[in-house]
Amino acid sequence: MTFSLRFRAAIVSIVLFAAFLGIWHIATRSTSAVGNMSPEYAKLMGITATQGKSAMPGPLDVGAKLWEHVKRPFYDNGPNDKGLGIQLGYSIARVGLGYLLAVLVAIPLGFLIGMSPLISKALDPFIQVLKPISPLAWMPLALYTIKDSSISAIFVIFICSVWPMLLNTAFGVASVRKEWINVARTLEVGTIRRAFTVILPAAAPTILTGMRISIGIAWLVIVAAEMLVGGTGIGYFVWNEWNNLSITNVIIAILLIGIVGMLLDQVLARCARMVTFPE
Amino acid sequence: MSTFDDPFDSDRKLSAGCVCGQHRSAAEHEYAERTLRCEPVTPVSSEEKRYEGVVASAVMRAVFPKDAARRAFLKSVGASTALAALSQFFPLKTATEVFAQSGAPEKKDLKVGFIPITCATPIIMAAPMGFYAKNGLNVEVVKTAGWAVIRDKTINKEYDASHMLAPMPIAITLGLGANAIPFTVPAIENINGQGITLAMKHKDKRDPKDWKGMKFAIPFDYSMHNYLLRYYLAEHGLDPDTDVQLRSVPPPEMVANLRADNIDGFLAPDNICQRAIYDGVGFMHILSKEIWDGHPCCTFAASREFITTSPNSFAALTRAIVDATAFASKAENRKQIAEAIAPANYINAPVTVLEQVLTGTYADGLGGVKTDPKRVDFDPFPWQSFAVWMLTQMKRWGQIKGDVDYKAVAEQVYLATDTKKVMAEMGLSPPATSYKSFSVMGKTFDPAKPDDYLASFKIRKSS
Repeated sequence: MTFSLRFRAAIVSIVLFAAFLGIWHIATRSTSAVGNMSPEYAKLMGITATQGKSAMPGPLDVGAKLWEHVKRPFYDNGPNDKGLGIQLGYSIARVGLGYLLAVLVAIPLGFLIGMSPLISKALDPFIQVLKPISPLAWMPLALYTIKDSSISAIFVIFICSVWPMLLNTAFGVASVRKEWINVARTLEVGTIRRAFTVILPAAAPTILTGMRISIGIAWLVIVAAEMLVGGTGIGYFVWNEWNNLSITNVIIAILLIGIVGMLLDQVLARCARMVTFPE
Repeated sequence: MSTFDDPFDSDRKLSAGCVCGQHRSAAEHEYAERTLRCEPVTPVSSEEKRYEGVVASAVMRAVFPKDAARRAFLKSVGASTALAALSQFFPLKTATEVFAQSGAPEKKDLKVGFIPITCATPIIMAAPMGFYAKNGLNVEVVKTAGWAVIRDKTINKEYDASHMLAPMPIAITLGLGANAIPFTVPAIENINGQGITLAMKHKDKRDPKDWKGMKFAIPFDYSMHNYLLRYYLAEHGLDPDTDVQLRSVPPPEMVANLRADNIDGFLAPDNICQRAIYDGVGFMHILSKEIWDGHPCCTFAASREFITTSPNSFAALTRAIVDATAFASKAENRKQIAEAIAPANYINAPVTVLEQVLTGTYADGLGGVKTDPKRVDFDPFPWQSFAVWMLTQMKRWGQIKGDVDYKAVAEQVYLATDTKKVMAEMGLSPPATSYKSFSVMGKTFDPAKPDDYLASFKIRKSS
C-alpha cells in the first residue's frame, strides 16, 4: 500500500512538529531546585526565582497566551497597548507603502538601466555600495534628516527593498532575447511600444522574482525598524514584551511574523506564476 | 546690562556683571538682595512692560552679540526704527506673552514621550489618574525605545515634551552628541530611585576594589547613572575609563543582558534593578541614594521653541507634572500609583515589582527584605545647583572640553524661576533660592565654586 508523496510528507511534518513540541516541553519543565526562602521574601519575588520555573516558557504557556490574543485581536488600551491584529495591520500598511514606493522607483529605473549599457555601468558602483546596508544603519540618518519617525520607517523599507527589484528588472530587461527585439525592429515598432509589448512581458518573470525577494526583505526590515522607532506595529510589540521580559509573547510574535511573511511571499509567488511563459 | 533695562538705548552695555558675580547685572543683584531681605521691591513699570523689556533685550543680544555693533546700528537708524525692524523678524509681542502665562492652552492635544521606568512615574500617572485632564489638556503619553530616540523625536517635534535624563537637556542645549538646540527643564521627575545591581555570581564581590575588568551597563552617556557610577568607582580608586568597561544600554534591555552574562552589573533606573532581582538574575549592591541622597535622575523637558510657541500649553503641562509629582511624593499614594502605571500601556511590569520600588519595602536579591521609604522620591524643583554639578562631571569625564559658564548654562536650562511661580500659584511652597549645597559620598559640593570642586578630584580624564 503506497500513499501519495504529499500525504507522506504531511505525516513527516506532523511527526517533526510533535517531536519539537515534546522536546520543548521537557526542556522547559521546572527544576524545583530552589533554596530556602522566608515566605515574606518569597512574596516579593517572581516565580522564576521562587519555584525554579524556567525563564523560557513551555509550549503550553505559549498556547494559552496565543488563545488569549486570538480571542481579542483588535483591543485598544491606549497608544502603547493595542491588540495583535491592530499591530500587524500597522506593520503591513507600512510595508505596503514602502514597498509600493520601491516598486514605483525600481521598475522604471531598472528598465532604463537594462536598456542602456552606459547608465548600467555608471550606476553600478552606487548600487553595489548601497545594496548591502542594514536597515538599522539607515535609521539614525533617516530620523535625523526626515524628522518624522513613521516616514523614516517607510523610507528604510523603501531603501532596503528597492535594490533586488532594481537589479532583477535591469537584468531581466537586458537579457530579453535579441531575436525578439530585432523582429520588433524590422516591423518598425516604436520604442515605447516595444518596451511595453515586447520587453515588459519577456522580462516580467525576472521582475516578479525581484519583487518577491524584495517583499521578503521589506518584511524583515519592518520588525527591526519598528523595534527602534516604537509606537505601533509588530516590531514594537516584540520590543514592548521584551521590555517586560515576556518571552511567551515574543514567541507568539515570532510565529505571527513568520506566518505573515509566508503569506506575503505566497501572494507574489502566485503573481509570478501568472506571468511566466513557456519558451 | 540688566535684563530689565532698555535694550534700545545705545549708550548701554548689554553684558555686565554685578559685585558678587552671581547676577547678570548690578540691578538684578540689588533686586535679589532686596527680595532676600523681604523688602518690598518697587517694579519699574507694569508687569507686562517689564517682560517686554526682558524679551527685547534678549532678542537684541541674540541679533547683535557684540555691543559695539549694536550701538553703531542704533546710532545710525534710531531706536524706534530698530524696534520696528526687529519686530519684523521676531514677533516681540508673542514672545512677551510667553512670560505672562495665562489663558487657555494654544494646543490641547499634546504628545509626551517616556521611557518605561519608574522615574517617569509623574509623567505616566498623570494620564491614567487625570492630572493632564484637570489642567485642560489631552495628553497622549507615548512609550519610546531608548534615550537617543526620545531625544530625536523631541527635537523633531513629534513629541511636544518628554521624559529625559537630567543631563540630557543640558547636553542638547550645549550641542553635545546632537545639534545645539535650546532645551529647558521646568520640573525634575524623581530623586533617588536608582541602584547598582550585580549579577548573582558576584555575590561575594561586594568591595568595588575587586571590580577591575568588569563590564557595567549605564542607560546613556549623558545620564546621572553614568556620572554616579563613575563617581562611585573613582572614590574606590578605580578609573572608570581604563579599569572597567561602561556600556550604554537602553534600560529595558539591561535585565536580558544581565541574564545572558553580557554584563556584570549595572547602575540603572528602577523597576529595572528590582526586575533583575524579581527574576533571580541579580542582587542589589547599593541604592543610588547611598551615593548621593536626594540626587536628581530624570526630568521633564521641553524645547525652548515649544515654550515660545505654546506658552499656555507649556504652563498647563508644567502644572500637571508638578501636581502629579506632589501627589507621588506622598507615601500613602504609592500603592495606588503602582497599580495605575503597571499595565502594558504604560510601564508593562508586574505590579509587585513596581510596588517594591515605590513603597521602598523590597527584596534585596540575597534573601533579605529591606525597607527604605525614600528609595525613590519625587520633588519637582529644578535646583540649578544640580545642573552645575552635572556640568562639573561632564568636564571631569571629558564630555565638555574647555571652559564653561556653569551658572549661565544652569540658569538657561533649569527653569527654577518658572517652577517657583507655578508652585506658588498651586499653593505649594517653593524654596527661596535656586542653588543649594549637598554632599556626594560625604564630599560637600559648593555650587559657587565648581572649578575648585572639579580640581579636587584625583581620578579624572586627563584633558
